[in-house]
Amino acid sequence: MKAFRSVALAVAWRSLHNAFTNPAILLPSLLFPLFFFTAFAGGLSRVGEVPGFDFPSGYTAFQFVFVFLQSAAFGGVFTGFAIARDFESGFTRRLFLAATRRSGILAGYAISALVRWIFTASVVTAVALVAGMQVGGSGVDLFGLVVLGLLVNMVAVLWAAGVAMRMRTMQAGPLMQVPVFLTLFLAPVYVPLALLDGWIHAVASVNPATFFLEAGRGLISGEPTETAVAFGLALAALALFVVWAQRSLRRAEASGA
Amino acid sequence: MKVLLTQVGYLARRSVARTFRQPANIVFSFFFPLLLLAVNSGGLDAAARIPGFPSDSFLDFALAFTFMQGALFATTNAGTDLARDIQTGFLNRLALTPLRSAALLAGQLAGIVALAVLQSILYLSVGLAAGVRFESGPLGIVVLLSLAVLIAIGFGAIGAFLALRTGSGEAVQALFPLLFVTLFLSSMNMPRNLIETDWFRTVATINPVSYLIEGMRSLVIIGWDAEALALGFGLGAAVAVVALAASSFALKARLARS
Repeated sequence: MKAFRSVALAVAWRSLHNAFTNPAILLPSLLFPLFFFTAFAGGLSRVGEVPGFDFPSGYTAFQFVFVFLQSAAFGGVFTGFAIARDFESGFTRRLFLAATRRSGILAGYAISALVRWIFTASVVTAVALVAGMQVGGSGVDLFGLVVLGLLVNMVAVLWAAGVAMRMRTMQAGPLMQVPVFLTLFLAPVYVPLALLDGWIHAVASVNPATFFLEAGRGLISGEPTETAVAFGLALAALALFVVWAQRSLRRAEASGA
Repeated sequence: MKVLLTQVGYLARRSVARTFRQPANIVFSFFFPLLLLAVNSGGLDAAARIPGFPSDSFLDFALAFTFMQGALFATTNAGTDLARDIQTGFLNRLALTPLRSAALLAGQLAGIVALAVLQSILYLSVGLAAGVRFESGPLGIVVLLSLAVLIAIGFGAIGAFLALRTGSGEAVQALFPLLFVTLFLSSMNMPRNLIETDWFRTVATINPVSYLIEGMRSLVIIGWDAEALALGFGLGAAVAVVALAASSFALKARLARS
């Protein structure tokens, strides 16, 4: 256990040091959510006046939840890029030789993704509050929203880590990013599910991200809905991707990195 | 003149071949804008019910944005290809030949124009198959294609300028998000008169991208809107002229340094 912890903390520290001392790595993960929040909450606020749109906390809070969860997911994906970069530079080969418990490597990257996301989420939340976001949920509701974000972040980093460890190249970036992007955008991003029509309604109805968004929006407005389903799905996805990431780690070890 | 055309022809052939030998670039620039069109038109279809919205279908409204996004990919493709030529020393070797700088730029942009034409035909075909109806009729389709190509030339020249100034493909790629922001801070998803947030409406109003999109969009949802078309073509031409002039100066500076 001690070996696992020391490996995890060392990898997390290095990854965080790289991220926070290199603006080229830190800024995209910070600016993209801010940019989406600005473009969606600012440019599309009139969408809140569509007949049938009755979200009690207003369009800014409606979009904030999407951006909050999106930043969690992409925070995980950006950490996947860092893992791929470590493979390309040969750092992981040396890491594999030095680490006494290699599963600690995964944990370290996961801790790094979490800290990076907490930083991004804090900035995005502050900007949303300055922009006049109305929060109807209680402290417990908001805690639930944060935990949901943490779970989404963990699922995304484990997915991306798995891809990075199997492909071991930066060229795997689109493979990490595109499925996450599609899952998020094939959910009710701009309007509630009830206002979607046609094929996108059919897809969104079975998309797990829809439950995350609806639960998050319910929590921020103080009218929880689909919360149990969303947490159940997030925990199931977490269990699935823990196995995926560990198997990918074994494959990377077997390849000699 | 004949010499110039011959030079342009050789470089254009190389540029077109190189563009089409990179499946990743082709697939991404062809299909990602269509993916966003599908997602946005599906997700925002309800926005067409906002009082005063200029179209019954958000798909009709959103189609123009697809062409702008295609032009954005033209920027990065052109820039990245030219930056690679700088990094590999190909540009330096060209500098030893009697090649004219105008031929170099025109040749580089030829691949982008070829890509833009094919992209535009694909976007149009998908749009028409999905039920988009052109208020301006078949001639409007031709005019929209012309505007899309003009915009691709302008944005491709911006990519070439960035490459010549920085000499780095990574730097060109890093500027992609910045250009992407200019697209989103425009009237791409909402008519300017329906944008509620004051500062956003102001930014969209001074953003030339809004007028490029509105020029193309007018052909789909309005018909023949002289003002929108004049602004679209005028700004498209202005962007192309300024970007080509800037690229030309940057090329001279780059060749003088090497």
